[in-house]
Amino acid sequence: MTVPAIAFYCFAAGVLAGGLFTVISRHPVHSVLWLILAFLSSAGLFVLLGAEFVAMLLVIVYVGAVAVLFLFVVMMLDVDFAQLRAEMAKYLPLSLMIAIVLLMQLALAFGSWSFAPEAEDLRANIAPPLEETHNTAALGLLIYDDYILLFQLSGLILLVAMIGAIVLTLRHKEGIKRQDVLSQMYRDPAEALEIKDVKPGQGL
Amino acid sequence: MDELLREYLPIVVFLGVAIGLGLVLLAAAAVAAVQNPDPEKVSAYECGFNAFDDARMKFDVRFYLVAILFIIFDLEVAFLFPWAVAFKDIGDVGFWSMMVFLAVLTVGFAYEWKKGALEWE
Amino acid sequence: MIAADISAVLPEIVLSVYAMGALLLAVYTRKDEVAQMLVWATSGMLVLVALWIALSVQDSRTAFNGMFIDDGYSRFAKVMILASAAAVLFMSQEYMERRGLLRFEYPILITLAVVGMMVMVSAGDLMALYMGLELQSLALYVVAALRRDSVKSTEAGLKYFVLGALGSGLLLYGASLTYGYAGTTQFAGIVTTATEGELSLGLLFGLVFLAAGLAFKVSAAPFHMWTPDVYEGSPTPVTAFFATAPKVAAMLLFGRLLHGAFGEAVADWQQIIAFLSVISMFVGGIAAIGQTNIKRLMAYSSIAHMGFALMGLAAGTALGVQAMLVYMAIYVTMNIGAFAFILSMERNGQPVTDIASLRMYSRRDPLRALAMLVLMFSLAGVPPLVGFFGKFYVLTAAVDAGLTWLAVAGVIASVIGAFYYLRIVYFMYFGEETEPLDGEVQPVLTVFLLASAGAMVLGVFNLFGIEAFAAAAAATLVQ
Repeated sequence: MTVPAIAFYCFAAGVLAGGLFTVISRHPVHSVLWLILAFLSSAGLFVLLGAEFVAMLLVIVYVGAVAVLFLFVVMMLDVDFAQLRAEMAKYLPLSLMIAIVLLMQLALAFGSWSFAPEAEDLRANIAPPLEETHNTAALGLLIYDDYILLFQLSGLILLVAMIGAIVLTLRHKEGIKRQDVLSQMYRDPAEALEIKDVKPGQGL
Repeated sequence: MDELLREYLPIVVFLGVAIGLGLVLLAAAAVAAVQNPDPEKVSAYECGFNAFDDARMKFDVRFYLVAILFIIFDLEVAFLFPWAVAFKDIGDVGFWSMMVFLAVLTVGFAYEWKKGALEWE
Repeated sequence: MIAADISAVLPEIVLSVYAMGALLLAVYTRKDEVAQMLVWATSGMLVLVALWIALSVQDSRTAFNGMFIDDGYSRFAKVMILASAAAVLFMSQEYMERRGLLRFEYPILITLAVVGMMVMVSAGDLMALYMGLELQSLALYVVAALRRDSVKSTEAGLKYFVLGALGSGLLLYGASLTYGYAGTTQFAGIVTTATEGELSLGLLFGLVFLAAGLAFKVSAAPFHMWTPDVYEGSPTPVTAFFATAPKVAAMLLFGRLLHGAFGEAVADWQQIIAFLSVISMFVGGIAAIGQTNIKRLMAYSSIAHMGFALMGLAAGTALGVQAMLVYMAIYVTMNIGAFAFILSMERNGQPVTDIASLRMYSRRDPLRALAMLVLMFSLAGVPPLVGFFGKFYVLTAAVDAGLTWLAVAGVIASVIGAFYYLRIVYFMYFGEETEPLDGEVQPVLTVFLLASAGAMVLGVFNLFGIEAFAAAAAATLVQ
């Protein structure tokens, strides 16, 4: 067995174990941690494929941001996970059956794995040959030029996500003193101060 | 292929050393340290009090908002990497497409700033 | 090259730039009346773009290396989407305003959703399809939960999001299988891999998952579970929107995918679509009978109607596509009218969605009751109203393609479905009056209701010439 093969089996085992324990672990926070293991292992698999950019993306975006978000969500929700689990146990036979059917279908498809004869040529039309360019650079050449439409659409999707997150969660509390930099800087003594001439012995 | 993997050898070595050292230290503590467990010693306490509440309190939804805004800009930055790597070869269209992409997200940024989503009260 | 590409997506660019400009303008002026103005401006904008697309006569062209297709089919779809979105937006202003839901983000999110739908119907590539779909869905998830302090509305948003994500997942899985076996994501490329009319097993799996994902989006049974809850929980104007433009976009995207990418293998997908169609027609027809909430009823009604539209697709011919286009146009017109009525149902300033509250409505407002009667008959497909012609068209297309059993099932389902439409009419004209509806009806809503009902009557002469447009549009898709 070669080194890449050993590494592949290690990472693959990591993904499977991570996925399994994400589902079955008792504590939701542990689930998130197992999920992180699954993400990291799949990043390793991508490195083995030579797709380093995607691997780093998994680490930066999924481990660094999405998993953190999951942690927040898990901590924010007041969900009785034991009860959810009992519900899950009820539907377990059905879901297992669906999973087995899907698995069998996959096996069936794998058994008669055949590309369309034109597939190789069609693929070669898009991607530059891997031997010549580094794959991150190849991605760069594709995304911003050939796939410019998709790229801009993804920008719009991110904009919608931003608007949506703010619309749904931002609440403006009244009656709280906030910093307002400009108005604080433009305050001048004439309107902020009032000088009263207090006569001795009279008070205000 | 193997060449690519060989570049990762230092990282693998580093990881091996880190994991090995960590295990050794843990094992050393378990083996060599004096252990006299006692119920009072191992129970949790808060500044002299007994624990009086569940540690799993609910978080403010604002944490979530900040986290999701962070993810969005994280993704934006992720798009910058291949752009920077291929910068020499992408030409005018590639350059300006990134500028437009950044402009779209800047609009979003201006919106969330003015909306007060970045403020913590 | 890039200039030609940009000119092909110019309507989408104009709308996106408008949305961003409006967003900045609204947030930096910080005035409450901006939201109201923005709704009107946005519907005006949508109508303008619809006119622009309708009046620009052009040949089919592709842009961005075949990723974006601008042909008669997509222009027909875009005009429908833009016009219906504008109509619903215009109707919703008053309702949202009075219930304190009118925030300036609402028209902006709708605009961006419309941009997503326009990309969907123009997609020439699986990736463009997915991007358009996500842009649309993401904006819709947010507007579904717009009334965020109501449990029902947030539940609707969450359900829509989770099941929509499941649908997207199925779709993506199918797309990746298709890419794996065909070697390309472009429809024009995929279609060349099935030249002998036989799909390889892998491609067939891809097709099945793609179809399942899209069935989620058009809410065809058995992927319809989310529809009634989402329709019931969302604010009524949002429900009206869900029932019109996104349905058109998803259904026409379905047509584009089946004919554009798998057009050489009609026999392979004909059964799938026919199955979806027959299940939807019956589920929609039977499950609606027990409903007491008119929004849930409209949800089941839309499921049944999607079944009929799918029947046109199942035919797999140009005539079938034409029938589907005509059917969708009629469906959207009827639904705008029906929701104009539902939006005006209120008692003591609170919206009412109970069907029983319509008892003896004819005595209170004979004109509107009559208009609703026409619409209900038309939705049920009672001749000689326009709704009947829509059904007649798809049935003809199905019989033409040799799917007589499907057409017969369609007739039976439509008879079953007629029951609950007629029940509404029965409530309005007979029975005892209980607590009546009150409140001023907005003139805008009356205008839309009457226009829609009028179209159902006047359209019987020539369907406003829409057949010719639909035929031309179908011809650009199915050569």
